[in-house]
Amino acid sequence: MQILDRRLNPSGKSLPNRQRFLRRAKSLVQEAVRDASAKRDIRSADEGGEVSIPLHGIREPSFHLGSGGIRDHVLPGNKEYREGDEIPRPPGGGGGGGSEGATDGGGEDAFRFVLSREEFLSLFLDDLELPDMAKRRLVEGADPAWHRAGYSVSGSPANLSLPRTMRNSLSRRIALKRPKPEEVQALEAEIAALEGKPEHAERVLALRAELERQLLRTRRIPYIDPIDVRYRRFEPVPRPVAQAVMFCLMDVSGSMTEDMKDLAKRFYTLLYIFLQRRYKHVEIVFIRHTHEASEVDEETFFHSRETGGTLVSTALEEMRKVVADRYPPNEWNIYAAQASDGDNAAGDSQKTARLLVDTILPACQYYAYIEVGREGEHGIPGFPRGPTDLWRTYEALVNAGAPLAMKKVRHRREIFPVFRELFAKRGVTEGASA
Amino acid sequence: MNVIMKPESRLLYEGADWDFDTLMRVHDACEELAGAELGLDWYPNRIEVISAEQMLDAYASTGLPLFYRHWSFGKHFAQQEALYRKGYRGLAYEIVINSDPCVSYVMEENTATMQALVIAHAAFGHNHFFKNNRLFREWTDAKGILDYLEFAKGYVQSCEEQHGELAVERVLDSAHALMNYGVHRHRRRAPDLQSEQKRERERREHDERMFNVLWSTLPEKASQPTTSTEEERRRALLQLPQENILYFLEKSAPRLAPWQREILRIVRNVAQYFHPQRQTKMMNEGCATYVHHRILNRLHQQGRISDGAMLEVLHSHSSVVMQPDFDDQRYSGMNPYALGFAMMEDIERICRAPTEEDKQWFPDFAGCGDPMPVLRHGWAEFRDESFVLQFLSPALMRKLRLFHLVDDSGQPVLRVDAMHDERGYRRVRRALARQYDPAWQDPDIQVVDVDLGGDRKLVLEHRVASGRLLEEQEARQVLRHLASLWSYDVLLREVDPASGASLREHAVSPPR
Repeated sequence: MQILDRRLNPSGKSLPNRQRFLRRAKSLVQEAVRDASAKRDIRSADEGGEVSIPLHGIREPSFHLGSGGIRDHVLPGNKEYREGDEIPRPPGGGGGGGSEGATDGGGEDAFRFVLSREEFLSLFLDDLELPDMAKRRLVEGADPAWHRAGYSVSGSPANLSLPRTMRNSLSRRIALKRPKPEEVQALEAEIAALEGKPEHAERVLALRAELERQLLRTRRIPYIDPIDVRYRRFEPVPRPVAQAVMFCLMDVSGSMTEDMKDLAKRFYTLLYIFLQRRYKHVEIVFIRHTHEASEVDEETFFHSRETGGTLVSTALEEMRKVVADRYPPNEWNIYAAQASDGDNAAGDSQKTARLLVDTILPACQYYAYIEVGREGEHGIPGFPRGPTDLWRTYEALVNAGAPLAMKKVRHRREIFPVFRELFAKRGVTEGASA
Repeated sequence: MNVIMKPESRLLYEGADWDFDTLMRVHDACEELAGAELGLDWYPNRIEVISAEQMLDAYASTGLPLFYRHWSFGKHFAQQEALYRKGYRGLAYEIVINSDPCVSYVMEENTATMQALVIAHAAFGHNHFFKNNRLFREWTDAKGILDYLEFAKGYVQSCEEQHGELAVERVLDSAHALMNYGVHRHRRRAPDLQSEQKRERERREHDERMFNVLWSTLPEKASQPTTSTEEERRRALLQLPQENILYFLEKSAPRLAPWQREILRIVRNVAQYFHPQRQTKMMNEGCATYVHHRILNRLHQQGRISDGAMLEVLHSHSSVVMQPDFDDQRYSGMNPYALGFAMMEDIERICRAPTEEDKQWFPDFAGCGDPMPVLRHGWAEFRDESFVLQFLSPALMRKLRLFHLVDDSGQPVLRVDAMHDERGYRRVRRALARQYDPAWQDPDIQVVDVDLGGDRKLVLEHRVASGRLLEEQEARQVLRHLASLWSYDVLLREVDPASGASLREHAVSPPR
C-alpha cells in the first residue's frame, strides 16, 4: 500500500490537448470571439471568458441507431400500468425512456467553454499584424548581438582559447619530435650516475653530446609557438529591437468632451494590448496639449481638465523632445496615436505639418490619427460639417505620400472595426478614409 | 457480525480534516475488514491524492493517468471545466484504474469521511472486481496497461514529430470514429500488453514482406469466371467476415503506412481495454457500493468512525443509490449504482432470510447463510447481462416496480408488454438483461466482403435488429472516416437478417 501526493505535479497536463482543440475549432472559436468582443466593452476586451461554438463542427461521429423500429424499455417505478395497457406516445417521439436520447447529441446544439485571457487575445488579434513598414525597421534598427563562430588566429588575449591552442601545440611538438622533459631528465640522471667512473668515460661523453643535442632541439622548438595560438571568434548578428514606446497624444482643450476622451482611451487601450503581445517591453508616454503641451501621468491625462486654445504643434514638439531625450529611434520602436476632435488654431497647421514630416514620422514605426466626434454629429441634415482643420492638414500629407494612418470614430462600436482596419494583415491602410 | 466492540475511543479520525496518516489508518482498517469479513482479494493499492484541476485533467482523457494527445480530450476537458466552474456538475470523488498496482485517485477537497468511503469503495470494492471478474481477467492486462499507455503516448508523439500533427490527427479521428468496432468479442487469449511493442514490430515487418491478396496484379484468365470456392478462399485469407473493423483495417487496408497501422492498433487496444468496463458497469458499481456499505457500517459498529461521520456516509450513500421513477424529471435511465447495490443486498437477503418464492427461484443458494461466497462467485463469473438473468429476483422487481414497455414506431401507442407479476417476471428480466448487453444495444456491423476483382470496394453489412436502422447522417460521417483509411470506396448495406433483403445502402468514396 502506497500513498502518493500528486498535488504538486505540474498542472496543465491537458494543455496540449486544449491547444489542439482550439486549433481544430479555430475558425468557429474566432467567430465566437468576435461576437463576444462586440458585446463587451473594451476595458474587459482583454479578459478571457466563456464563448459558445456550434457543436456540429467538432462532433466525433460514431455509428448509432436512428429513430424508428421497435425499442424495448425496462423502466422502474410503475404506478398504475397493467400488462397489455396502451399508453399514448409522449410528445417528442422519444418513447418512454430517456436512456437512449442522450447518445445522439441532439440535445445540445452549442458547445460552451471558457477561454483564458491569452487564448482570447491571440484569437482576437490573430489576423492583425504590425504594418510592413514597421517590420522592416525592426531589422534595420538592430542592435547587434555577438555569437560564437569558430576560431581565428588573431584576436584579443581575453578571447584566447586555451584548449585549442594547447591542442595545436601538442600536435606540433609530437610532429617535430621535441624531446620530452622526462627524456632530458633521464639523460641527466644517467650522466650523473656514470660520472667519475673511468670505465664509462666514453659513454658519458656520448651521453653529454646527446644531451647537448636534445637541449638544443628543445630550445629550437618552442613549447608554444605563435602559430599554435587560437582565439575564439565572434560574429555580430543583428538583433531586432524588442522594446517599444507608445506615445499617446491628446487634445484636452475644452472642446474635447469626456465621451471623446473615452473613445480615445479605448483606442489607446487596444493599441497597448496589441503592442504588448509583440514586444517584450512596452512603455507609454502620455502627452496632452491645449495651447501648450506637457508630459503627464495616465490619471491626469484622462481625467484632469484644462482650458486654453489648441496648438497641435506643441504636442509634436514635446514628443520630439521626449524622443530625443529618452527614446533614440534606433533602440526603440516608436508608435504614436493622436486623438483630437480636429480643432487646431488656424496659423498652426503649417508648423504641425512640417514637424510631422520632418521629425516625427521618420522616427516613428507607425503614426495613427484618430479623429473623435460626438455621436450622431455627422449627417445632421442642414448642417453639413466639412473636414476639420487638422483632418485637412493630415489629408494633404497623406496625399503627398506620408506614412500616416487616419480614421474617424464617432461611437464606441466603431473602435474595433477601425482598429482592425488599421492593422489588418493585408493592404496596410495608410490612406485616409472615413 | 456477532462481536460488538466496546465503544472505547478508537476512532480512526475526528472531524473533517485528514492527513496521510489518517489515510493510512483508514486503509489498514478497511483492509482488515475486507480480508477477514468479506474475503476479498485485491491488487496492491496505490492511493494518489490529487487536486480538483488534476481530477478534471483525468476526466478529459477517459480517466487514464497518461494518454496520447488528441483534440477531443481537450474538448472534453473544456466541456467538463465549464460545467464544473458554473456549478452545474460536481466532480467524482475518485477515479480508479484497473491496473496492478491498482491506482485510486482521491481528491484533496474530500472530507476524512469521504476519503474513508472512497478507499472502501474504490481501493477494495472496484479493486476486487477488477482482479477477479472473468472479463477483466481474460480481456485486460492490468500489469501492462500503464507501461503500454506510456508507449502509446510516446509513439503517437514520435509520429507527430515525423509525419506532422495533422496527419496523425486524421488517423486518430478516423480510428476514434470506429473505436466501438475495434474490439474482439470472441477471443480466448489474454492480452499481453508488455510485449506488445516488440511483437508488433516483428509482425509488421513480416506482414510487409508477405503476400497480400489485395495487391495481386496477376492477370486472371478472363474466360474462367471466378468460382465460388476461390472467392471463399480469398475471403478466408482476409479473415472475413470480420466484426473488428479496426483490426481488419490494420491488417488489410492496402494503402496505410506502417505507423498508421500502429496507431489503429493502439486505439484498438485501448478500446479492448475498456470493453469489459462497459459490460460490467452495473455489477462493478454494485460490488463497490456494497463493499463500502458493509465496511463503513462495520467500522461504525466497532466505534472506529463517529456517529456524525456515519451520517455523512449515509447521506452520500443514499444519494448515490437513488433511483428516480421513470416519470420523474430526474430520470435518465437505470442508475447502475442503485440497481447494482439493490441486487447485492437482495442476494444477501436471499442467503440469510429467504421466502418460499426465493427458495423456488434460487434453490442453489437460498438460505445458505453466508452471502459472501455467492457474491464473490457472482462478481467473478458474470457480466451485467448474465448477472441480471441469473440473480434478479421477483422480490426486487416488485420493489423497483419494473415494467417492460415496447415502443414500435409502426404503432400509434406504446404497449406495456410485461410487468412485475407472475406472468411477467421472466420477460421483464430478459428485457432488462438485454439492455445491458452490448450485442443488443450496438448496431451489429461487420466487414463482409472486398470486391477484389473490381475496384477494391469494401462492403460492410449492418444486420438490422428490430427494424432499427442507423442514424443516417452520422453513419455517413463514420463511413467517410472508414473510406479515408481504406482508400477506396466503401459500401454499407443494412440488411434484414431474416430475409436477407437490403433495406438501405450507404456508399461513400474516400476524400481525394
